[in-house]
This record gives sequence, C-alpha cells and structure tokens, in this order.
Amino acid sequence: MNGTIRINGRDEDLAADTVAALLAGRGIVPGTRGVAVALNGAVVPSRHWDQTPLSAGDALEIIRPVQGG
Amino acid sequence: MHTDTLTIAGRGLGSRLFLGTAGYPNQQVMLDALEASGSELATVAIRRISLDGYSESLTDVLASRFGGRVGLLPNTAGCLTAREAVLTAQLAREALGVDWIKLEVIGDRELLYPDVEELLRATEELVADGFTVLPYCNDDPVTCRKLADLGAAAVMPLGAFIGSGLGIRNPHAIETICARSPVPVVLDAGIGTASDAALAMELGCAAVLLNTAVSKARDPVRMAAAMRDAVAAGRGAHLAGRMPKRAFAEPSSPQLGLIGT
Repeated sequence: MNGTIRINGRDEDLAADTVAALLAGRGIVPGTRGVAVALNGAVVPSRHWDQTPLSAGDALEIIRPVQGG
Repeated sequence: MHTDTLTIAGRGLGSRLFLGTAGYPNQQVMLDALEASGSELATVAIRRISLDGYSESLTDVLASRFGGRVGLLPNTAGCLTAREAVLTAQLAREALGVDWIKLEVIGDRELLYPDVEELLRATEELVADGFTVLPYCNDDPVTCRKLADLGAAAVMPLGAFIGSGLGIRNPHAIETICARSPVPVVLDAGIGTASDAALAMELGCAAVLLNTAVSKARDPVRMAAAMRDAVAAGRGAHLAGRMPKRAFAEPSSPQLGLIGT
C-alpha cells in the first residue's frame, strides 16, 4: 500500500487495507463501547468496519464521548 | 406528592435539571455532583479519540455508577457549521446508541453565540434523519418558533453567554418564549447560582440545563443539591401561581380592632 491517509486531522502512512484493520492496530475492535468512525464525512457503522476498504487520500475521524456541557 | 414528569419526545423525565459533565475538579466530584443533582440527563461532548494510549471511557464510568438512571445527551459543542454538527450528531448516535442531540452551532468562538442560519439548517437535517433535536438557541421568540416548526423536540434558549454565570439577562424574553412555545423550553447557559435556576422555572421553563455553575462552585456537590432544590422550588412556584405585584403596601394583618383607637 502506498500513500497517506488522514486520521483525526493528521497524515499517516496508509498501512491497513480496511477500517477494521486500522482500528485493530490501535486496540479498537468492533463493539468497543463509545467509539464511532466516519470515513470521508460519512459514519461507518461498526458492523461494516471489516468490509470498508481504505484508500490513499481518505480522511478518517475516530471519536468518543468526553466530558462536556 | 403528585408526580410532575417532564415529557420530551415521549420520554418521561423525573428531574427537570439537566447537568453537564465538564470542568469538575476531578471525575469523582463530577459523579457525586451528578448524583446530588438528581438529574436524569447528563450532557457529553464528542471529540477525536486520542490514539496515543488507553483512557477509561466516560460512558463506562457513568454506566457503572448510574446504570440506566442517567441518560446521556451528547452535544455538538464547538461546531461552526450545520455540516459539522450533523456529522457530530451522527457519530454520537453511532457511539452511544442515543438519538437525542443537544444541537449547538456556534457563530463566534469567543462569544459562543448560536449561528441561527446554520442552526435552523442543522435542525431540519437532523429531524429528517430521525433525531430528537434539542437546539441551544438565542433568547429570541421568533427563532424558537422556527425551530419548533422544523420539528425540534424542545428549544433551549440561552440565559446569558455560555459559562458566564451572568444569570438570565432578559427574563421577559424567556417568559414570552415559554408562554408561546409549542414545545418544552429548557433554559440553557448563563445560570450562575441557585436563584437563577429558580427564576428560570418561575418564568415557565420546563427544565434547566447547566454545567459551570456546579462544576466551578467551591463545593460542586453541594451546589448540585442546591440546584436540584432550586429547580424544584421554582417549578413549584410556577405551578402555584405567584401573587400579583403591587406598587404600594397592602397590610397582611387585620385593620379592625387596632389597640388604642
């Protein structure tokens, strides 16, 4: 795989071929409570993580709830 | 005592105080304050995850302390456009399994004042997407009516700038909104102390949402309990109906039988 992917606003080398593989490399497995993902501005439900391919130039947002008002 | 349940979008809430979870001295104080407040709805923000290391999940912490007693109300705090707010709401729904959203679309990062145009657009989109939308908005009866017309489940006008603690700067506007709104009115932002919360309820608000007044009090847990009591007192006074105001004195004691006359 070549190219970069933007993860939470930071460019990184693309080293995973699916959303699931990328998240697993960071200790996040489907079913992890309170984590959600958007790829290029669209939410990817966790049941689709393993079928969602990543390409160079993609932008991924990985979020969780934090204390807020 | 009779029950006085607040119903929003078909969901009954026994407490009319919604409490934010940010800015407490530590997590234990936050949890104890939430308990003391009696609130059944706690706001949370949605942020990019830190990929550098594990940290305990807020949802797990809240669930282990309160189980299902305290529901989560995710917000879109910090969003500047309808597009950002809609995506944040959709991510919140996916992360939490909650389709309620405190919709904030900010037009000015220093004042944290709502951007009405973007707020209306985001409300329309999120309602169409099946959300229960609770928009934080100006203390403006026209904006509140437009939001309700678009399908907002409640409207949440500001009492004063977020985090200012300045109280309700335009009580007549809030009272007018309450009198005319077809949906519950939640006073959001500006509450500084218990009397502000009581006033909001006396003016006819269905509930109060606050955070900093508790989290930055010298004793947040005690202030949370004070807010719980203030909301209940203000609600009671509103339902009881206050006496008419008079410009002059009116003696309470009988005028007949005065000694020495």
